Amino acid sequence: MNAGWEWITDPANWHGSDGIPVRLAEHVGYTLLVLLVALAIGLPLGLFIAHAGQRAAFAVINTANGARALPTLGLLVLIFLLSTGSDVAALIPLVILAIPPILVNAYEGIRQVEPQVRDAARGMGMTGRQVLFRVELPIAVPLILLGARTAAVQVVATATVAAYINLGGLGGYIMDGILLREYGEAVGGSVLVVLLAVSVQGLFTLFTHLVTPRGLRKEHA
Amino acid sequence: MISFKGVTKRYADGTVAVDGLDLELATGEITVFVGPSGCGKTTTLRMINRMVEPTSGVIAIDGVDVTTRPAAELRRGIGYVIQQGGLFPHRTVLDNVATVPLLLGWDKKKARERARELLPRVGLDAALGARYPHQLSGGQQQRVGVARALAADPPVLLMDEPFSAVDPVVRAGLQEEFLRLQAELHKTIVFVTHDIDEAVRLGHRIAVFAKGGHVAQYATPRELLAAPEPGFVTEFLGGERGLRKLRFFAELDATPEAARPGSGEAPGATALGEAPDA
Ligand SMILES: Nc1ncnc2c1ncn2[C@@H]1O[C@H](COP(=O)(O)OP(=O)(O)OP(=O)(O)O)[C@@H](O)[C@H]1O
Ligand SMILES: [Mg+2]
Repeated sequence: MNAGWEWITDPANWHGSDGIPVRLAEHVGYTLLVLLVALAIGLPLGLFIAHAGQRAAFAVINTANGARALPTLGLLVLIFLLSTGSDVAALIPLVILAIPPILVNAYEGIRQVEPQVRDAARGMGMTGRQVLFRVELPIAVPLILLGARTAAVQVVATATVAAYINLGGLGGYIMDGILLREYGEAVGGSVLVVLLAVSVQGLFTLFTHLVTPRGLRKEHA
Repeated sequence: MISFKGVTKRYADGTVAVDGLDLELATGEITVFVGPSGCGKTTTLRMINRMVEPTSGVIAIDGVDVTTRPAAELRRGIGYVIQQGGLFPHRTVLDNVATVPLLLGWDKKKARERARELLPRVGLDAALGARYPHQLSGGQQQRVGVARALAADPPVLLMDEPFSAVDPVVRAGLQEEFLRLQAELHKTIVFVTHDIDEAVRLGHRIAVFAKGGHVAQYATPRELLAAPEPGFVTEFLGGERGLRKLRFFAELDATPEAARPGSGEAPGATALGEAPDA
C-alpha cells in the first residue's frame, strides 16, 4: 500500500506519454465512449420494451442479464482477434457489460410509473410521445441515472482490461506492475482506478440530485 | 348532448362490460352513473373520450361520432377526473392544472395564470400552487384533479368516483363546492359513483347500472326514489328501509336550496331542488 502511495506521489510518474494524466484521460475517455454507446443502445431499448408486451420484455432483459455473465476478458481477446485489432472493437465487451444496468433500469423506471398517472396523461389528451417525454421519462429519471451510474462504475473498473491489448488506460500500470514485479506501480494503478470509480459515483449522485424533479425527491415526502 | 346508441363493449378476454346501451345525457346537466362494482360504469364513461373503444354502437357528442375525431384532440376538449387523482408527481400543482392548456398550445404564462385563477375556485389556497402532489392531503389532491379537468374550460366533464378516496366529511364539502361550481359553469357532466346518496345528491338524472352492463333504470332522483323499479333497483337502493332514509335526506337536502344550481338553465331537468315544495 505504501509502495503504491509512493508511486502515485512520485512526480516522475506525472509526466510524459506514459504519465498518470495521460493514462487517466485515456481511461476516462474509454469510459465516456463506452457509456455513451451503451446509453444510445440500452436507453431506447429499455424504453421500448417497457411499452412492448411482457414476453418481449422478459426475453430482452434475460438476454441482457445473461450477457453480464460473459467473461469480459475472454470476450475482449476474442473480439480483438476477430476484429484484426481495431481499438473501437476492443470496447465492445465493455459496452456489452454496460448495457444491462442501463436497459433494466430504464425499463423499471418506466414500469414503476403508476398506471393512474399514465392513464391521466392519456386522458388529458397527450399523444404517446408526449406521455413518454412529459410524464414517463421525468418520473423515470432517478432510476435511469442509477442504471447509468452502475454502468459507469463497472466500466471504470473493467476498462483496466483494455491494457491487455495495449490500449493504455490505468490498467496499463496494473499489468506492467505485475509483469515487471513493480508492485508499487500495480497498487498505485489500482488505487487510481478505485479513486476514479468513487469520483464517478459521487458525480453521478450529485447530478442525479440536480436533475431529479423536485416533486420526486424522497426527502420531501 | 351525449348519446349512446346500441353501444356494446366486449373486452379481449370476453368480458361483456357494456351490453347494448342506449342512453342520452342532456347538455348542461349532471348525469350520474351508479351501480355495484364491475357493472360497466367506468367502461361506459371512458368510451366517451375514447379511452376505451366500443366493440359496436355509436357514441356521439352533439351529434358528432366521437370516433371520427383523433383521440388525443378529442380528449383535450373533454375534462377527465380519474379516480384517486392520477396527478403528475413530478409537476407542481400549478403545472398539473396547466396541463391541458399547454397541450392546446397556450403560452406558459397564460396557462399558469389560468391555473392560478382556478385554484380558489375549487377551494384551494393559492399558496398550494407551488407544492407537489405528495405534499397535499387526499381532499386537496381531489380538488387539484377537478381543477386540472376544468383548466381548458371544456364543455364536457367526465368524473370517475372523484370523491371516493376521502372521508365522509371532506366528501360532503367537496360535493357542496362541486354543486356551487356547476351552478356557475353549466358543464355537461358525467359522474360515476357507487354511492347512491351521492348520486341522489348530485344528479339531475341517474342511470342505475346492473351487472352485465345494462341500465336498469334511468330517471331523475325524484322519480327514482318515488318509483324505483322492483327487483334490482329497489334492492340497490337498500330496500324499503333504505328508500325511506334516502327520501328523508333528499327532502332535507332540497329544502334550503330553493333553486338547485344549474337546474334553471338545464332544459328538461327535473332536479331535486326544482320543486322543493312538492
Ligand atoms: N381492460 C379490461 N380488460 C378486461 N376486462 C375489463 C377491463 N376493464 C374492465 N373490465 C371488466 O369489465 C367489467 C366492467 O368494469 P368497469 O371498470 O367498467 O366497472 P365499474 O362499474 O366501473 O366498477 P367499479 O365500481 O368497481 O369501478 C368488469 O367485469 C371488469 O372486470
Ligand atoms: Mg369504475
